[in-house]
Amino acid sequence: MMTDLNKALIDFCLRIADNSLIHAQRISEWTGHGPILEEDIAMSNVALDLIGQSRGFYTYAAQIEGDGKTEDFYAFRRGEREFRNKLMVEQPDNKDFGFTMMKLFLNGCFDYLMFRDLMKSTDETISGLAAKSIKEVTYHVRHAGDWIVRLGDGTEESHQRIQNSLNELWPYTNELFEQDSVDALLISNGIAFDKEKFRDEWTKMVHEIFAKATLPVPENNTYSPTGGLKGIHSEHLGYLLAEMQYLPRTYPDAVW
Amino acid sequence: MVTLESSEIWDLLNSIPDPEVPAISIVELGVVRDVRITDSNVEVDITPTYSGCPALKSMEEQIRAKLLLVGLTPIIKTIYKPAWTTDWMSDETKEKLRAYGIAPPEKLSFENLHPFANNDKGPVACPFCSSTDTSLTSRFGSTACKALHFCNGCRQPFEQFKCH
Ligand SMILES: [Zn+2]
Repeated sequence: MMTDLNKALIDFCLRIADNSLIHAQRISEWTGHGPILEEDIAMSNVALDLIGQSRGFYTYAAQIEGDGKTEDFYAFRRGEREFRNKLMVEQPDNKDFGFTMMKLFLNGCFDYLMFRDLMKSTDETISGLAAKSIKEVTYHVRHAGDWIVRLGDGTEESHQRIQNSLNELWPYTNELFEQDSVDALLISNGIAFDKEKFRDEWTKMVHEIFAKATLPVPENNTYSPTGGLKGIHSEHLGYLLAEMQYLPRTYPDAVW
Repeated sequence: MVTLESSEIWDLLNSIPDPEVPAISIVELGVVRDVRITDSNVEVDITPTYSGCPALKSMEEQIRAKLLLVGLTPIIKTIYKPAWTTDWMSDETKEKLRAYGIAPPEKLSFENLHPFANNDKGPVACPFCSSTDTSLTSRFGSTACKALHFCNGCRQPFEQFKCH
């Protein structure tokens, strides 16, 4: 019989893993299509890091669940209602490089602060995975932040387009900080930490880069898409999963 | 019954080249963390360089193949803590990288750990001509662990093993 704490721990791992995996899948759509070769390679590398991070958390969830499931089950054999990623990462990039960098930056600053807390987790596996992931996330944020400054403080067109990306993605940032009873139980056990506590720091971080990029931050409005924690997604996730899961769904026992 | 000493197993593992940078071994790279000999078997702990490093599986297979030659079927465990760092590379290993044509990583500093920290340590010295008149072309190179630079001294691009 699984304890409530273990159930919560599985949910917690799947939320982090799903978010990184779906984000990675979107970024990997650039492979072979990058605006320049260096950025093509950069995005493939970033996607690999994020897939690696999701594998660590999926594997831990599978280990706790202990009924023979593997990381592949979570990635390839679940439907969209079972995915727990935030709505921001599933949004299509529409071949707009600035949009991809903006998403990487907004989500990356959040992940950076979350992993910094999780490094102090009383759960040894979680703290280990966090210590591993934070180094990679730091590098991604640095890269994406530089591009935002370069595009924002660049030509009239690059400024307008990166501003549009910010305006479009900003409403999705509220959902990053959502938490529920799963978090509460883990927080009370010292395994996870209250995300509200680093919200001000996150705001300060992103404002610092937007000021350098000469980008006004949109007003906080009432439109705030949500649903990831409950598996309620935008129309885009289904299409993404259809492509990502096609092979293992069609040939269930295929191996390399 | 394991008849080998732990130091002999370390030597065997040290003969396995890194699949992406064959100038150094997987032990010198810092991927092999621990070797434990039990009554009937040997356990090897490995840690990934980057979370998504595609070479880890190949390293695991090579460890298996190498130890099978001496009749061992090791239990290989992937561990994440402590997180891999280029600071584990010895000066000797860094020199091997340089001789191979890859600029070695600098020492990791604490300031490095924040995304907005000014971690500019000045230009990286070219592994071919030692010139420091170089510039960063791209933070991401042909593998996750390398960045791309250009040397104005000898007009050649070169890779650097990123400080991580
Ligand atoms: Zn040179």
